[in-house]
This record gives sequence, structure tokens and C-alpha cells, in this order.
Amino acid sequence: MSFSAIVFLLAFAAAVWWFTRNVRRIRRNILLGREEDRTDRSGERWALMAKVALGQSKMVVRPIAGILHIVVYAGFVIINIEVLEIIIDGIFGTHRVLSFMGGFYDFLIGSFEVLAVLTWLGCAIFLVRRFILRIKRFWMPEMTAWPRTDAGLILTFEILLMSAFLLMNAADHTLQGMGVEHYVVAGAFPVSAHLAQLFHFSALAPSTLIGIERFSWWFHIIGILGFLNYLPYSKHFHILLAFPNVWYSKLKPKTEMSEMPRVTGEVKSMLDPSIPPPAPPAEPANGLPSEHFGAKDVFDLTWKSLMDAYTCTECGRCTSECPANMTGKLLSPRKIVMDTRDRLEEVGKVIDAKGQWEDDGKSLFSRISEEELWACTTCNACTQACPVNIDPVEIILDMRRYLVMEESKARQELNAMFTTIENNGAAWAFGPDQRMKWTEE
Amino acid sequence: MKDPIKVPTMAEFAATGEVPEVLFWVGCMGSFDDRARKISKAFVRILTAAKVKFAVLGQEESCTGDPARRAGNEFLFQMQALQNVTVLNGYGVKRIVTACPHCFNTIKNEYPALGGQYEVMHHTQFINALLKEGRITVDGGSFKGKRITFHDPCYLGRGNGEYEAPREVLLKLDAALVEMKRSKEKGLCCGAGGAQMWKEAEPGKKEVNVERTEEAIGTEATIIAAGCPFCNTMLNDGVKHFNKEGDVVVKDVAELIAEAGDL
Repeated sequence: MSFSAIVFLLAFAAAVWWFTRNVRRIRRNILLGREEDRTDRSGERWALMAKVALGQSKMVVRPIAGILHIVVYAGFVIINIEVLEIIIDGIFGTHRVLSFMGGFYDFLIGSFEVLAVLTWLGCAIFLVRRFILRIKRFWMPEMTAWPRTDAGLILTFEILLMSAFLLMNAADHTLQGMGVEHYVVAGAFPVSAHLAQLFHFSALAPSTLIGIERFSWWFHIIGILGFLNYLPYSKHFHILLAFPNVWYSKLKPKTEMSEMPRVTGEVKSMLDPSIPPPAPPAEPANGLPSEHFGAKDVFDLTWKSLMDAYTCTECGRCTSECPANMTGKLLSPRKIVMDTRDRLEEVGKVIDAKGQWEDDGKSLFSRISEEELWACTTCNACTQACPVNIDPVEIILDMRRYLVMEESKARQELNAMFTTIENNGAAWAFGPDQRMKWTEE
Repeated sequence: MKDPIKVPTMAEFAATGEVPEVLFWVGCMGSFDDRARKISKAFVRILTAAKVKFAVLGQEESCTGDPARRAGNEFLFQMQALQNVTVLNGYGVKRIVTACPHCFNTIKNEYPALGGQYEVMHHTQFINALLKEGRITVDGGSFKGKRITFHDPCYLGRGNGEYEAPREVLLKLDAALVEMKRSKEKGLCCGAGGAQMWKEAEPGKKEVNVERTEEAIGTEATIIAAGCPFCNTMLNDGVKHFNKEGDVVVKDVAELIAEAGDL
């Protein structure tokens, strides 16, 4: 085995190992959430995933961003088929091992090149929209330094990867034309042939061209392995989680709130003293905090809310449709989801460092204020807008439940409304005896 | 002067051993709010004209618990819900119609888990069915040449996927139905949901209902049609904010149909 094959194998193994380690960490963090069954109606779930995640049906609601996104997504995914060949070539020292497919291979390489250019352009336009046109939703308060840098890095990186791919082909194509040994004539190069001409590659010495070709090859493959390992630290992880996250979508009506069976048990016992109150929930193991009514911290949210948090790619469509946000309130659904993720990462780091959870004195409320929570109208414009079916409303309502049921911290007027309902069975101060008055007027 | 309306209660029905075709769930707004009571009455006139055998719970009706639940008070919600379910099941209620999308959503989607299984319809769905079955007819002539825009209630539209019933009803009027840019799935909230109705809005630079009414007025419609008593209030306040009371009215779909049918 050649030296470069050994280097390649080591890099590949290290990349897979590190990536797997991080995916397992994220999975563990997601499973810190409360249980909830989201496996019913599986046929419907597969169909939804095909439509929304694979088919990107909600992306194209905004046509410009949507179509560009499909180009970049399709380009990136399809070009990565080429990685298969790159891996085999890397291990066995072959060159274009799949070229035995003949005409079909030419077709594949030719299409990859076209897609690479489209992806390159798509990313460039995205960069312009984000950093030169400065589209509003990319510059809202929660888009602090890191989220902005993250987005810029992803787009720049994809442009570099596509450039390396095309440059590699341009050098390869020229070497094939020169009849240089090892560079078998294979593939069609509708784009890079022009690139080779543009850069006068035919005037370069074969050794220089081999240098360019090898450099680009290594840059492309190490770049992809590096990019793979960047994903778990980035909003870009959505390219993987989008699929399961849509599969596990809430299929119930958007405005149906989650059940709280423990409360039902207590209320039934209050209404009928012959029914014993439910047993208190068991103390959780591993130092995890005991169960609350509603959500104080990530442990109290469902695992799906936590998966939502890791799936968010911070596009801000939720916030740009939010009536509270557009009228200047503090609430931004995107911030709620990002804060949940950041808090979950913080909790995960404590567990990594101490071997199990130890209270750090913080919670979701260290990041999310009551003012944000009370600004929500539960209109579900955010859940409708999210291209990957994230549900910020569920987090907001779970946190309201905690505020009210554990801390008695509702807005004052809401406390008055509670009292009125308790006393009159109506949300306004009219007794049952006045219920029929409207019929008499 | 129109004939006074007759609104029988479930208790009266039970006393005679009869079973009504449907229970009209009036809701707190429909019972107590001055503006929303007019909607209840308009809907009763439609039911009466269609010869629908209906009843209300009257004194036995209690808040569904929707605002308490959205404001985080699950205990209070479930207290209300379990008591209502007991009353409804006691009368053997099968079908419910309500003019409030919040009551509609709660009874339809959230009561089943607490033992209350009913067929629940929003009044625009019910009216649409009455029109389709020919149980009522309307002559939309008096609306000829007018422009109407429909504001989707979040709890009916996005929440429960019903965008068409209110529009199909409105199309029976001889008016032009114009859409706001933000309609159906993209409809903008009136600002009242999630228990906001009972509190001051959090600090901001604009009220949600003003933002929405501005858009409705922008369609140059003279009638803003609503399907929710809360939206109705918010949009009315919005119209007042712009001093447009003379040019634009906010009417519930039921009121428009009752008016067209001279009920």
C-alpha cells in the first residue's frame, strides 16, 4: 500500500470516528428530553418526509431562496456520489476506477460538473444576499457573531469544495489529452474543459498539472471529511436532521396542545375525592432533575423539541412571519429554538465533564425571558413557515406552563382571568345566571 | 322589528325527551361580549330559518378552558374541560357547532383525551352545509358591487386546516371576495390568541391588530369578514384606530348571511 493510501485511510478513519462520536453525543443530548411517542401513522410520516424534507415543499414558498436552495442541495448531494470513487481511488491508488461504465460514466461526470457550477453560483448568490444585500432576517438580534460566521463559513467552504472539484477535473482533462501515464481517458468535462482553456493549462508542464490535480484531489476529499466533522458544531447539521425531524413531525392539528396526564389524575381526584391522587413521578436516575409541571430546563421538554433545536438552521422564516416579532415585540421564535439548542449544548458539556448531570444553577430561563414567552399569540405562523417542521410554540407553551404552575408567575391580568374563570366559569365577570341574557335582548 | 329569537336549552329538550340535531356552543364571547352577542343572534336566526333543531347549554355552559390552557394553567383548563365533558356526556351530545374557533379547537381536539368525543363544526362549516343542502338560500343582491375580504382565524385556518368553508359561504353573496396578501396558510394573526385577549400586549412598536387591519383596509374592501369573535373585536378596534368606522365594517360571516337572507 502506498504512503498516500495510508495517509488517506488514516484521515478517513479519523474523520468517521470523530463524526460518529459527535453524533452519539448529540443523540444522547436529544434523549435527555421527555418521552413522547411520535411513531404513529408511519405511512403518513414517510410521505411527509418525502414531500417536505426530500421534496423541499416548504422551501419553495419563498421561490428565490427555495429554488437556489434546491440547486445547492441537489448539487451537493449528487456530487458526493463522486466521493465514492474518490475513496476507492484513494485506497487502491487507482484513477477513475468507475470509468469502466463508459458512456454512462461520461454522463455522470458531465452532470456533476454542471451541478458543481450551479452549486457554486447558488452559494455565491446566498453570500451576496446574506452579507451584501443584508436581508433583514439574517441580521436580527439573535444572529450574533457566531451564527453569522457559521453561515459564512458554510457557504465559503462549499464554494471552495466545488472549485477544487472543477480544478481537479480541468487538470485531469488536460493530462488525459497529453496522454500522461495513469490518467486514463475517461469522463466528460463540459465545464472544466473551458476552465482548462481559460487558465491555459495546456501550456503547463505535466508535473505542474499533476501537482494541481493531486492538490485539488486531496483538498476536495480532506475538505469533505473536514466539512462532515464541522456539521455537528454548526447549524448545517440540518442537512442530516431535517429528515428524521420531519418524519417525527406533529401530525395533530397545529393548535392542539400536548396532554398532561399527570394533571388529569390530580384534577380527577380533586373533583371526585373517591379517586386517589396519582403517585408522584419516580425520582430520575443519574442525578437528573425531577419532573416539573411544564418546562424549566431542557430535561422538561420533549425529545422532539430538543431534536427541533439541533435541526434549526437559523433561516429565520419563523421570525419573519411572527406577528409579535414584526410588531416590535421581543419574541423571536428562532431565538427560542437557538436558545434551547445552546442550553442543551451547555448541559451536554456538564455531563461530558462530570460524567453525569450536576445542577449548574442555570436553566432555559437563563436565556429566554418571560417577556418573550408572554408575547406569543400561539398563531402558529412560525410552525407553518418552518421548512423542516420545527415547533417553537410547543417550547413556549411548555415554559408558560412551568411559569404558571410551578412559579405562579403569569402576567397579572392573566391571574385575574384565572380567578374569574374559577369563580364564574367564564373568562369575564359574568355569572352562569347571565349566560342566557343575550337571547332576551 | 324582527321577531324575538327562540333559544331552547338542553335541559328543556331533556324534559320533553327530545334530542336536538346539534348543540350550539355559544362560548363566553358569544354570551357576554356586546359585539359577539350579535353574532350569536345572527347564527340563531340562520339555524331557525333552516329549521335546525338546536339547543344551547345555557347556564350549564362553562368556559372551555382555552385561555387558561394557553396561559399555562393546565389545572384550570382540565377542571373546566372535565366539568364540561361531564355535562355534555350527561346529555348524550353527539354534534356541536360553535361560532368561536377557540372553543371549536378545544372541544374538537383537546376534549377527546379527557373523555369527550363529539363531532364538532365551526359555524361557517355548518352554514356552508346548510347552503349546500338547500336548507337555507340567500339572495346576495344587497351585496352587489361590494368588496369583502376574509380574515382567517388562526385556530380555524392554520390550526385546523379550514380555509374554504367561510370563503364558499361568502361567495354566495353577490360581492367581490378580495384576498389580503397574507391569507390562508400565511394569514396574519389578529393579536388576540394565546390568551393575549386578556392582557396588555408586551412592549413593542405596533399593535398586531393595527398591522392586520391596515392590510385589510388596504384591499379597499368595505366589509372585513371575520369568523371569530376575538378577531372581530381586534379588527373593530383596528378600524377605530384608523378612524374608518364610516367606510369599513367588520362583520361575522354569520351576520352577513343573516343580513343577505333578511333573517
